Amino acid sequence: MKIFPLTLLPNDANIDFMRLRWVSIAVAAIIMFVAIGAMGTRGFNYALDFTGGNLIEAHLDKPMPLDTVREKLAADGYDSAQVQTYGSGNQLLIRLQPREGESGDVATKHAADAVSKAVTDAGNKAQIVRNEFVGPQVGKELALKGLYALLFVVVGFLIYIAFRFEWKFAVAAIITTLHDVVVVAGWFAITGHEFDLTVLAGILSVMGYSINDTIVVFDRVRENFRSMRADPEAVLNKSINQTLSRTVITSFVAFLTVVALYIYGGGSLRGMAESQMLGIIIGTLSSIFVACPLLTLGLLKVTKQDLMPKAKDEAALARRP
Amino acid sequence: MLTFARWKYFAIVAVLILSVIYALPNAYPQDPSVQVSAAKAGTTAIDAPLAKRIEGILAEAKIPSKSIKVEEQGNLLVRLADTEQQTRAADLLRPRLGSDYVVALSLAPTAPKWLESLAAKPMPRGLDLQGGVHFVMQVDQNAALDKRLDAYVEDIRSTLRDAGVPYTSVVRRGNEALVATLGVNADKAKAQQRLRASFPNLGLSLDGQTVTLDVPQSELNRISLEAIEQNLNTLRNRINAFGVAEPVIQRQGTDRIVIQLPGLQDTAEAKRQIGATATLEFRAVVGDEAAAAAAVRDRSVPPDARVYYTENKVPLLLSKRLLVSGDQLVNAQPMTDPQTGRQGVSINLNSVGGQRMLDHTLENVGKRLGIVYVEQIPTTSIVDGKEVQSIRTDERVINSATIQGVFGKSFQTTGLSAEESKSLANQLKSGALAAPMVFVEERVVGPSLGAENVKRGTTAVLYSFVFALTFFLIYYRMFGLITCLALLLNLLMVIALMSLMGATMSLPGFAGLALSVGMSVDANVLINERIREELRAGVPPQAAIATGYDKASGTIFDSNMTALLAGVALWAFGTGPLQGFAMTMIIGILTSVFTAVTVSRGIATLLYGGRRKLKSIAI
Repeated sequence: MKIFPLTLLPNDANIDFMRLRWVSIAVAAIIMFVAIGAMGTRGFNYALDFTGGNLIEAHLDKPMPLDTVREKLAADGYDSAQVQTYGSGNQLLIRLQPREGESGDVATKHAADAVSKAVTDAGNKAQIVRNEFVGPQVGKELALKGLYALLFVVVGFLIYIAFRFEWKFAVAAIITTLHDVVVVAGWFAITGHEFDLTVLAGILSVMGYSINDTIVVFDRVRENFRSMRADPEAVLNKSINQTLSRTVITSFVAFLTVVALYIYGGGSLRGMAESQMLGIIIGTLSSIFVACPLLTLGLLKVTKQDLMPKAKDEAALARRP
Repeated sequence: MLTFARWKYFAIVAVLILSVIYALPNAYPQDPSVQVSAAKAGTTAIDAPLAKRIEGILAEAKIPSKSIKVEEQGNLLVRLADTEQQTRAADLLRPRLGSDYVVALSLAPTAPKWLESLAAKPMPRGLDLQGGVHFVMQVDQNAALDKRLDAYVEDIRSTLRDAGVPYTSVVRRGNEALVATLGVNADKAKAQQRLRASFPNLGLSLDGQTVTLDVPQSELNRISLEAIEQNLNTLRNRINAFGVAEPVIQRQGTDRIVIQLPGLQDTAEAKRQIGATATLEFRAVVGDEAAAAAAVRDRSVPPDARVYYTENKVPLLLSKRLLVSGDQLVNAQPMTDPQTGRQGVSINLNSVGGQRMLDHTLENVGKRLGIVYVEQIPTTSIVDGKEVQSIRTDERVINSATIQGVFGKSFQTTGLSAEESKSLANQLKSGALAAPMVFVEERVVGPSLGAENVKRGTTAVLYSFVFALTFFLIYYRMFGLITCLALLLNLLMVIALMSLMGATMSLPGFAGLALSVGMSVDANVLINERIREELRAGVPPQAAIATGYDKASGTIFDSNMTALLAGVALWAFGTGPLQGFAMTMIIGILTSVFTAVTVSRGIATLLYGGRRKLKSIAI
């Protein structure tokens, strides 16, 4: 019976992922250390949500070179002003961090003055459409809460997976997930793309996606360990191959939905979509190349006994002479 | 084999119907409208003549209204075409209707009555989607502590005095302790016993002649918490009086308050109303205007008096002795004097204030009584390049009427404009703030930006669906169609559940919706791939479907439970937009498990389960 008109991947995929495991783990580790290094050295380009400052939208009669605006603002004491155009070229979005020792109304007023001064020249009148002041400490509290959330998730995953699977799986799944989160966060450090609250939400949701992906593969590993008579490496390989088409298709469709968000969601959702797009790619790759190989290493090396129902073990023991 | 219990079909149909009903109100656009209600229940009628009057006012200004109707809740609702006319109408009606009415901007549902009667309501929209003002205020907790601890010092003094224990001093030592030094012949045991009884929350220790009352951390925390709660209540009262429909006033952390006023665009006015702390002081007038002017000129102010100024900058001498202060005030209402038609405020005092007023008026009929309006205005100034938050106190004599007769607890003061008396009454009634506050964040979202965000969000969700559905239809054919139906029901259920829970829809909420599509895709792909796998292994179609669903279900459960954990963490530790996003994620995960495992299986069984000999299936 011919029932498969279309497949993204060959049905009988049999790639030996385990043979590559040292390479893939090394690559994953290198990427992760690069990400950590970038976060350590470059840090994040925190948005106003975290730093506090003014968000100003200005409408010009005629477009103006952005560098000129930047220079003029710098001359006025705003060193790290971010100036970008949106819509047509005469609409500017400017983010200013307050000058030293200013906040609230004073900062708002100064920011507006500085911007009108910087963008107005002969024959080009600027109109300030929007001027918002965003407080900084809220961001700090939230960053701390993000850390708590991370801890909560790690402990929650540990308990749940150790309970449903085995502690080795739990540890491997958490390492994989944290790897993904670190890499996505590192991406924002490397590129210097703005890190705002929605990016934070995106990164935390990557955690959900990544663990989901890993668990699907582990679930198959658990199933195969019980039914196959083979060494652990063969079981792991078989499991990855069996779930490969599902992994790729799911990621492909999920990626499509997030692309829609990236294209049509507008500026304020772009950071979130970007973190999720990257998270889906990394999460997919790591569930294939990192999660299972980890189960063959050192303390995490799984054996058939680890997954056999305990009652059976005891029964088998009892039968022994 | 491929079977599906009949009751499960009924359950699915029931869920479908309920989802449609509760998601439906979101499909009806909301009318920008102006809501008119009575400033004080029962005093002013909201009736047909008022509707006629409003109609006249609007017609005069050429503002077309969709409808002007008195509602069952006793409000009058004027529906308008757009937000611009809404603002114009409200600005026009406020002064014309006067202080008897509260004029508020609101969004009126256009969904039919039967939906409302089923408690089906549209999701409230976040500020980013409908426009409005967002403030974050910081409460000065140190000031709150100072105020409370200073009050403790006073209380300790009076306790010792009442007990007849001589003391030389009672002082504060930072925020940690209160130290009372007793007189040489003082009865230490008595002091200790009385103080312990009066201040059970404080730790007490005696050393020589000094009694130390330690303020434990728990007590400091309690003071902080009470301060922010009191401020929260005060703000809530002021904002309610100010007339904004569906405001959000929330505590954030230990010292912040988030305020969202949908529909409002004027930050300056909102800040003035929210930030002002007003109180009244009643003081005897010592000399008339001429005497005061002379005193100012000669710098010869009597020692028991102080110079105050009226609104017109005319000096007036008032006694330094405070007769009655704002915290003895029980209630204040704007009113119109029936005899003179003049606007004023009717004031009620508590018994202590009433007694003092009675004592004073008994001896001073014919003399003048000054009412001083004290407003504390938080200001920010720059001193030596550093920002300094300070409170400017604005005092002015608002009234210095002659005492007409003896009065006690309740009396009126007139001579204010209608606006002034309303605003004064509101501020007095809502009480004082426990601690001063400063604005640390403000955002204004314009209504057009909000409309644009709604458009962007819906477009993004729409396309994420189109992308996913198209792929499924091509890739899995008949099972793709089943998946599509499951995904659509999933979306419907998420919207229905969010509406039912009253979750606020915001821009990140749309992202959550798109993400929940991505999540539910996973469950469906797992099932479809498993069925294909079974077919490849040579299992007959019907058995393949049944096994596919059975085997995938376990995987779906485990993988979604873990993803759910991540969602719960985001919800528990996030605030505002993050929580909205997490909520959609959580709901999306739960509904996608239901639709993928149960609903799609039901449809598949309906299609393929009945046939005797099924040769092939389109997957």
